[in-house]
Amino acid sequence: MDLDKSVIGLMSDEYVFEVESRHVGQFATAIGDDNPLYTDDRYAKESAYEGLIVPPTFPIAMNDSKVEMPLQLDHRRMLHGEQEFLYYKPIRIGDQLRCQIKVSDLYDKEGKSGKMQFLKLDTEMKDPTGELVCISRMNIVYRAAKN
Amino acid sequence: MIKDWVLEELTVDQKLEPMVKPPITKVQLAQYAGASGDFNPLHLDDGFAQKIGMDGVIAHGMLVMGFLGEYVMKIAGKGARVANFKMRFGKMTVPGDEIRCTGVVKRTYEEDGKRWIALDLTAEKVSGEVVGSGSAILQLT
Repeated sequence: MDLDKSVIGLMSDEYVFEVESRHVGQFATAIGDDNPLYTDDRYAKESAYEGLIVPPTFPIAMNDSKVEMPLQLDHRRMLHGEQEFLYYKPIRIGDQLRCQIKVSDLYDKEGKSGKMQFLKLDTEMKDPTGELVCISRMNIVYRAAKN
Repeated sequence: MIKDWVLEELTVDQKLEPMVKPPITKVQLAQYAGASGDFNPLHLDDGFAQKIGMDGVIAHGMLVMGFLGEYVMKIAGKGARVANFKMRFGKMTVPGDEIRCTGVVKRTYEEDGKRWIALDLTAEKVSGEVVGSGSAILQLT
């Protein structure tokens, strides 16, 4: 079954994600990213960020497996085509961020193998005062169902 | 090793010194699965991957974006913040692949009283096959 425009605007429940030092360290190590901005307090304080931060793709790890997606998708038809991060404020170790997944867009395109759908899922991350910290935007290609 | 850039001196169309990562390993994919929470067996279980027609496991696309992120942060150094970073996923990456990150200055401009640099980024195998293309916007301080 194809998706229709009514999915735009659907939202998951909000969840709180705590940024933990050990988690950030494991994430940076897996990539092999040894930038002192994530570990060296003194170096980070002198930088444009004025303190320790997390790797730029870390927001992808800020998920909660208990939170239900705002819509049901067939994983076999999904392809992560594009990923974008919009940064508004630095993410710091110890932050408790309020996260919510939203369906921000859905559109169709005619491809070589029939109609393809494109879905934009935004995970919005806000600080406790409600200020936006980061948006992690996932562009998903949703392929036609096989008959 | 990447030298310290003088961000203020970057000019349009300037090619930045590439960064080459060590070959991707299966252990690294397990580490990345644990750290990112993406336990899709396509990245961890050769048997599963073969059942769906692959030669074996493939790397997480987000790991490759992580490499580009590492590169962007090296370019930004101490003097800039990253405001936007995106990547389109291309060819698949498998254990053993060595990824080279390259960047070109696309635009430098002033806006809201600040100085910005837009970069075009590419992650490719050493054979030249593109596995990710993207962009980033740096805000200088």
